[in-house]
Amino acid sequence: MDFFDRFAVPHPSFLIYASMVGIGLTMVAIVLGITYFKKWGYLWREWITTVDHKRIGIMYLLVALLMLFRGGVDAIMMRYQLSMPDNKFLESQHYNEVFTTHGVVMILFMAMPFITFFFNYLIPLQIGARDVAFPRLNALSFWLFFMGMGLFNISFIVGGSPDAGWTSYFPLANNEFSPSVGTNYYMIAIQIAGMGTLISGINFITTILKMRAPGMKLMKMPMFTWSAFIANVIVVFAFPVLTVLLAMGTMDRLFGTNFFTTGDGGMDMLWANLFWVWGHPEVYILILPAFGLYSEIISTFARRNLYGYKSMVASMVVISVFSFLVWTHHFFTMGQGAFTNSIFSITTMAIAIPTGVKIFNWLFTLWKGKIVFTTPMLYSMLFIPLFTLGGVTGVMLAMSAADYQYHNTMFLVAHFHNVIIPGVVYAMIAGLTFYWPKMFGFMLNERIGKWTAWIMSVGFVLAFIPMYITGLDGQARRMYTYSESTGFSMLNMVAFIGAGIMAISFALLVYNIYYSIRYASRDIGSDPWDARSLEWATHTPVPEYNFAITPQVASTQGFWDAKKNGHELFKGKYEKIHMPNNSGWPFILGCIFFVFGFAMVFSIWPLAIVTLIGILVCLVYRSFEKDHGRYISVEEIEETEAKLRGVKNEDR
Amino acid sequence: MKMKVKWALLTMIFTIATVLTGCEPLLVLDPKGPQAKTQADDIMLSILLMSGIVIAVLAILVYVLVKYRASNQRDDYEPPHIEGSPLVEAICIGIPIVIVIFLSFVSVKSNYEVEATPAGYEDTKPLVVYASSSNWKWHFSYPEEGIETVNYLYIPAGRAIEFKLYSYGPITSFWIPQLGGQKYAMADMVTTLHLAADNPGEFVGRNANFSGAGFAENTFDVTAMSQTDFDEWVEEVHETAEPLTEEKFEELLEPGHLGRSTYTGTHLEFAPAPEHNHGSTDSEMDHSEHENHDSNHSDEESDHSHH
Ligand code: HEM
Ligand SMILES: [Cu+2]
Ligand SMILES: [Cu+2]
Repeated sequence: MDFFDRFAVPHPSFLIYASMVGIGLTMVAIVLGITYFKKWGYLWREWITTVDHKRIGIMYLLVALLMLFRGGVDAIMMRYQLSMPDNKFLESQHYNEVFTTHGVVMILFMAMPFITFFFNYLIPLQIGARDVAFPRLNALSFWLFFMGMGLFNISFIVGGSPDAGWTSYFPLANNEFSPSVGTNYYMIAIQIAGMGTLISGINFITTILKMRAPGMKLMKMPMFTWSAFIANVIVVFAFPVLTVLLAMGTMDRLFGTNFFTTGDGGMDMLWANLFWVWGHPEVYILILPAFGLYSEIISTFARRNLYGYKSMVASMVVISVFSFLVWTHHFFTMGQGAFTNSIFSITTMAIAIPTGVKIFNWLFTLWKGKIVFTTPMLYSMLFIPLFTLGGVTGVMLAMSAADYQYHNTMFLVAHFHNVIIPGVVYAMIAGLTFYWPKMFGFMLNERIGKWTAWIMSVGFVLAFIPMYITGLDGQARRMYTYSESTGFSMLNMVAFIGAGIMAISFALLVYNIYYSIRYASRDIGSDPWDARSLEWATHTPVPEYNFAITPQVASTQGFWDAKKNGHELFKGKYEKIHMPNNSGWPFILGCIFFVFGFAMVFSIWPLAIVTLIGILVCLVYRSFEKDHGRYISVEEIEETEAKLRGVKNEDR
Repeated sequence: MKMKVKWALLTMIFTIATVLTGCEPLLVLDPKGPQAKTQADDIMLSILLMSGIVIAVLAILVYVLVKYRASNQRDDYEPPHIEGSPLVEAICIGIPIVIVIFLSFVSVKSNYEVEATPAGYEDTKPLVVYASSSNWKWHFSYPEEGIETVNYLYIPAGRAIEFKLYSYGPITSFWIPQLGGQKYAMADMVTTLHLAADNPGEFVGRNANFSGAGFAENTFDVTAMSQTDFDEWVEEVHETAEPLTEEKFEELLEPGHLGRSTYTGTHLEFAPAPEHNHGSTDSEMDHSEHENHDSNHSDEESDHSHH
């Protein structure tokens, strides 16, 4: 075989060639643009080598938005393909690649970085810290994640995309049934990104445990920080399972081991079990921080403290434990028998109890409040009924005997989108709108924002309710086409229209950003929403050291106390501040990982060995590197603070 | 705002209602056998109960949103600080607990029903059919009748059918929605699915678990007929069909789609199902494993109980 043959796409199509050209041109344009505007140095100094949690957070955000676009294009392609019976738009192979990449991209490269963006940006600000516990590791987390994302996304133009579903069950995913390198990409790209996630999990747990402002006991942490803490504890327990699982899968595919083969003592069901031992907790990793954001937003705009703080925390702890005890509900139909199914049926339904508690608590937070309908609040209020609908269909799926009928159908697909979109995606957009002024110093337009929320919800209902129905009518998931006689076509057309309406709403979101950049007032102060927790107590834009003086708090809503009850947040005077230095090491290590991953995907062993040595060298270098950071002097702080205050005074 | 919520809700309920009760019943909610009936009953019950919850949440939400929205209040109104009340929170936990306990009972009961011989047919002698999948076909072996079909399934109505499922390739899932829910077919073991059709009729069946490029068309036709018609059919097959040879079977296993075909004899004679074998190629190990299994394996138990 010619060396270069292996990089060809096995099932090329016009769409793929077109996107190759498109991607190529975009890359060239970006490189030329940066060169033309002489921004390479700026990029390197201010972004690529940064260890500042706020900047790293914003880079996560950019990736998430980019991947939301990519996953969204995949979604529209699927919905269009299914909108008519016997549609010829995509053939089977392409459809399979599209739903596989859609699933992986949306969960791992869109939702994960989106919540990690909030972790990065908010946790240190909410707990009154200067940065995360390990800033340089944080940069490494990002670059590993970024390189994993990049590796996964080049698959469709170099060598071919994975096509065995985002669950990648063996034996379908083994070399016999998935001969292209697509599934190697799956195994290795997710592995690299997953390491980043695991490292940042450790980082955030340490940050939250060790770096809280004086007075902020655990039970005085803002609710988002609590949710982030628990989500990261789940990360640290669940992601090692994924690491091991992917390593085993890689070995089966590349080195001929027999972990998941159906002969020679392998066991295909082991993959399904381990996948979901990680996979179910994973969905709670996504949803808990979303709950945290909703808690912040609802309490801010109900102008009230969060009702039932303690039961909110308790319910999250219970959810985190139970999330590890339900994985079998993803394959009730594997033949474990009535007893095993009964146990997992009950544990699964039990999770509905703490989740219900949270919904009641949000409702009670509204009670006796003084509710203002801002855009973030509107998303939250749409979230409550839509998510409840998704939650109760989850309880329906948990009834294992009935699940024999729902399993593998569009009913299931409707259910998980029904929890993920109103649950996670709405929370991300609501949170983005809420924190946008904190990050960029101006607000997104409220009128366009509300339209976006409503249009998205109408689109959502039209796109997903029909899928519940066709599921009950026997439409299996992952089916690239169906015949006229099945009678699925009308509802699938409705679903396509719904997806189109959702696409319009996302376009509106982008337009809103553009519009607000151009026209929004910059004169908004540092607390435009009249909010409650510490992140709003510092200036906008946030100085690199976050707080000139470490704040002291006495309740869950320190900033509110300061505004309303005369609590003094900042006591004492300026002292020099210790900050970490920027470093190119995380980026370089990430790049080497990228090449290593690429070499593994294509089994180019010499390159794999060289890069592996490179990785080790980087690690050893780092262990011996002496870098004690730097200090920001008191004069510098005074200057920055005066300037930031000056900006505000001038504007007012 | 209130209007919009109401409007959205109404359209939603309306769509669901028209389609659920609409001209053609949905397959899963139109059961033709006891297992599917159990499942459809569970589904309807949970839909009702769950609609109650959704409506209750929505009603409370709309109520508080209207009552406490800022524009409906005095300007100087300061919302109170309320920590939470143990009693109220206990009630909020209590209601879901009661619902979950109730549903747990229903769920467990149904689990044992769908994993046993279909209700009403316990005293019929079950017909055993080995259903194996290969990319992207279904092979149905009738060991007692000594015949085998590809991509179509004839069964006697009014009699329990015991499907023994396995796969020559990726995991697939054997599903006849109107007779009952699905179960996986895997390469290294045999799973059992109990079904029965109450009356003669035609049904669609398919592989529900994604298995690669030919998955969408991986379907089969099911015909339930009276026992006499079934016996006649078996006899006719014996008179007219070719025997299934090993070479022929190898040919059938080749990836692709095939139409229907019929044979005398079954592939089980030269390629036994992977019962209690877990894919081990070492025959001695096989044997000892088999003995282990038998000592704690009753026939009623599902094939996975040894895990
Ligand atoms: C924005 C609108 C979206 C639409 C219209 C959409 C549409 C779809 C459709 C039609 C499928 C099923 C394809 C099939 O089984 O034949 C699917 C699968 C999936 N979607 Fe989405 N989706 C959307 C957003 C999301 C989001 C936000 C996430 C997660 C964060 C997500 C995660 C998934 C996953 C995990 C699968 C399963 C993939 C697989 O079967 O391997 N989707 N989506
Ligand atoms: Cu799960
Ligand atoms: Cu087994």
